[in-house]
Amino acid sequence: MQKSGSIRDYDWWLLATAFAICGVGILEIWSATHTSHLAGMHTHQVEWVGLGFLLMLLVSRLDYHTIMDQAPILYLIAIIALIAVLALGHARFGAKRWLPVLGELFQVSELVKLIIIIVMARFFADVRTDQLSLADLIKAAAVVGFPLGLIMLQPDLGTALVLVPLAAVGAYLAGLQWKHAAVIFALAAIMVPVGYHFLKPYQKERVTTFLRPEEDPRGAGYQILQSKIAVGSGGFWGKGLGHGSQNQLGFVPVRYSDFILAALAEELGFAGVFVALLLYMFLLLRLVQNAQRAHDRAGMFLVMGVAAVLGFHVLVNVAMVIGFMPVTGIPLPLMSYGGSATLFVFLALGLVMNVRIRRFVN
Amino acid sequence: MALSLQNEKRLPQGRLAVVSYFIVGMIALLLFGFWKLQIIDSDRYAQMAERNRVRSIPINAPRGSMLDREGRVLVDNYPSFSVLLLRDAPEQVDKLLPQIADGLSMTLDEVKQQIDAAKSMPKFQPIVIKPEASPSDIAFIESHRADIPVLEMLMVHRRRYPHGDMLASGIGYVGEVSAEQVDASDNSLKPGDTVGKSGLERQYNETLMGTDGMRRVIVNSIGKEVGRLEQQDAIPGKPIQLTIDYDLQAIAEADFATKEGALIAMDARTGEVLAMVSRPTFDPNDFAIRIPPAEWGRLNTDPETPLLNRAIQAQLAPGSVFKVVMATAMLESKAIPADYTVYCPGYANFYGRTFHCDHAHGSVDLHKGIVASCDVYFYNVGKLLGIDRIDQYATGLGLGRRTGIDLPGEEPGLVPSEDWVQRVYHHKWYPGSTISVAIGQGAVMVTPIQLMRMIGAVASGGDLVQPHLLKNLTTKTDHFTLSDDTVQQVTDGMWGVVNEPDGTTSGQIKLENVDFSGKTGTAQVESFDLQNKLGKKLKENGWFVGLAPRRNPEIVVAALVQAGGWGSTSAAPIVRDVVKAYYDKKSGKRDLTYTAKDGKPAIVQPYGMGPIAQAEPVKSDAKER
Repeated sequence: MQKSGSIRDYDWWLLATAFAICGVGILEIWSATHTSHLAGMHTHQVEWVGLGFLLMLLVSRLDYHTIMDQAPILYLIAIIALIAVLALGHARFGAKRWLPVLGELFQVSELVKLIIIIVMARFFADVRTDQLSLADLIKAAAVVGFPLGLIMLQPDLGTALVLVPLAAVGAYLAGLQWKHAAVIFALAAIMVPVGYHFLKPYQKERVTTFLRPEEDPRGAGYQILQSKIAVGSGGFWGKGLGHGSQNQLGFVPVRYSDFILAALAEELGFAGVFVALLLYMFLLLRLVQNAQRAHDRAGMFLVMGVAAVLGFHVLVNVAMVIGFMPVTGIPLPLMSYGGSATLFVFLALGLVMNVRIRRFVN
Repeated sequence: MALSLQNEKRLPQGRLAVVSYFIVGMIALLLFGFWKLQIIDSDRYAQMAERNRVRSIPINAPRGSMLDREGRVLVDNYPSFSVLLLRDAPEQVDKLLPQIADGLSMTLDEVKQQIDAAKSMPKFQPIVIKPEASPSDIAFIESHRADIPVLEMLMVHRRRYPHGDMLASGIGYVGEVSAEQVDASDNSLKPGDTVGKSGLERQYNETLMGTDGMRRVIVNSIGKEVGRLEQQDAIPGKPIQLTIDYDLQAIAEADFATKEGALIAMDARTGEVLAMVSRPTFDPNDFAIRIPPAEWGRLNTDPETPLLNRAIQAQLAPGSVFKVVMATAMLESKAIPADYTVYCPGYANFYGRTFHCDHAHGSVDLHKGIVASCDVYFYNVGKLLGIDRIDQYATGLGLGRRTGIDLPGEEPGLVPSEDWVQRVYHHKWYPGSTISVAIGQGAVMVTPIQLMRMIGAVASGGDLVQPHLLKNLTTKTDHFTLSDDTVQQVTDGMWGVVNEPDGTTSGQIKLENVDFSGKTGTAQVESFDLQNKLGKKLKENGWFVGLAPRRNPEIVVAALVQAGGWGSTSAAPIVRDVVKAYYDKKSGKRDLTYTAKDGKPAIVQPYGMGPIAQAEPVKSDAKER
């Protein structure tokens, strides 16, 4: 096997961007909570970031080929964990998503996301042809579909949907044929109304609210409206950190987590949002660049899996904050408060560093 | 290891580049979204954020009080609490409604009705769901501040009429402003404002009404107050001083306790109205909160029309009081010699009809005609004068037109003429009709206030003052010049009515040391409509107009007792009481112990009503529904 790369080969630009985003997030978590009973939340987030950084270093040391060799076992672990959470998990807000690990509650689906990234990378790397065959496509769908179904049962539609772009980006890079893509789109078009039928009432409500917000300005539409008010009232320069009325007086829903960008937009204005989104763009482009320079297809798929998941998070979360998409409960990577989510991103970045430092091997 | 991954190193660079472009496009799209919200629509959202954050709680401005001519309180306010519902978080409100209804002892439907009624108001404005909070309501709100944060108490100044129905028809009542009034007010009124709806409350609403202030507070997303912004203080309404004399008013009210009709007394020199009564009446306190629909319906459909101010709105036949006009017309027009004499056998025939008189008066001249109120004498006078000459003098003396008193809704009455008959009925005047008009029957209709002013004008040589209730009102006086001779003869006749043995009052209402004069009237009620509505045959309306002294009077009084029968026994004693009280007061006599004809003490309270603070508060439990 190869000799491992050194710390000097880490993508320090990528890491600096990630820490910058974390810094902005911690600042805004502080601003959003320092006057409420949640005060002190930002120090927890600092701890999570620190822990995440250590885990990232750890993951980057272990050769990604070794990790990918264990894909079948990891897949099995993911499935067992998902079944376990359904059977034993803690329910919060009407959904079973948490399992106690070392006295903390962890969202199992975050771990599952990571495993599926690895499993998908392994799967597509094994496909040696330039064009993805129908049989392989169906196999890939089955591999993703099973855990996706289990996550939907929790129910956690948002996380389940994250697996879709992961598979889609993978399939695209593996040589997805246009005709297959067309058939998938057609099937999806048929499945959407059927699938809607199986949604939980609160999920349906979110979708209807999104499509016709004027029909329900007080109920579920309230969150999106308050978020838009926060964003819009921020103007160009914002109201100043700690001075956003929508944020400070609690009008923005879960302002320290899912809607943290609304809080930031209100207090730091378009200028702040512009910087934040540029940071995310740089982060994502940097990931793609690492994929382009990967040593092999396996590394490339691994990095692009991470890029697909993070990119989807950014798109769905930010679009939700400005009312472009319905409320899904997907946090903004590295900025939203949350242990499991933060650890996931750092572990995923660990995989990226792993690929990075091994790019010149051989 | 089964797979040899190392062999596969060809990367899809083209497709990776596409992903990069996709990322840039995605970020650009999201930035566009922020641009639209934060730059293009920023003002709109800033307003919405402000509306979220700031709650405006009105500060109620008290209405100005009303004082009598000596500064005694007739109308003031008392502090009370209204329950406000804050609707900033509507879904929260909906959930709490059953609890709120229960806690405020209302039904859920009642609460919903109040909310529906305010549908058109902006959602950030709190609405009143219970106008009068009871002590238990206040306790409920205070103890549930945390779990029912949508209720708030608003201190309001509620109208209080310490004397109940006294002067009610003159004072009027207040109520919630109507939607039409708001629209027509150029933003000076807003929904929920209390405005004068009738009487002086309406006439001087602009003066009495203050300007509400506003307290602006910062609230959080669950409606809890977390800070304060600027406060705009309320500007209280201005008090007004009336010309009413509480003492005279109290006497007149007491005399009317069981009667129906009206009284109005005025300083004949200035037009200051000293007392004004209309019965049956209402208690304006009933309107001070929100009047229950049932009570409102009753007041409006009652055939006795308690909301009518009969002193200025009842248009009735003046009966023999009209003979004062006839006598004036006869002397002034000189169409008939001043020593004109008629023999009265108790009846007379005109145009083939027989007209009756109360007695066979024998030989009657003008003086006796007035003193004994001989119909036959005035039938003849009327026939000789003709309707147009009667019209000329009646109108000249202020009948058939409004006096201009500072109250809304005054009626003009009616003086018939040939023109009028032609205009309204399209036929010629029947000369026979003149005979009825000559004794104040037929088509002629007057209001009590007109008769009062007319008597004052006749006795003062033709000064038609403008009656008014506001103390410092600039008024105008019309002149209808009468000769001294006319004034002397007519007023001497009226003196005889009161003081001569054959006067119609039989000397019953004479006053010592007071030059008291007057004229009785007993008018048949010709309104068959009203009789049918009431389901009874109506007795005659009794009239009396009194004045003192007989020439250039200080005080003139008109009283109408509906279905009272003879004016000499029903109305005259009341006028006597008021005039006597006026002079007793003037001469410094403070002990007034009159007894009304029904045996009840005419004076409820001695002079003065004590300090304002002792005025009995309006009991709120009496108003509970």
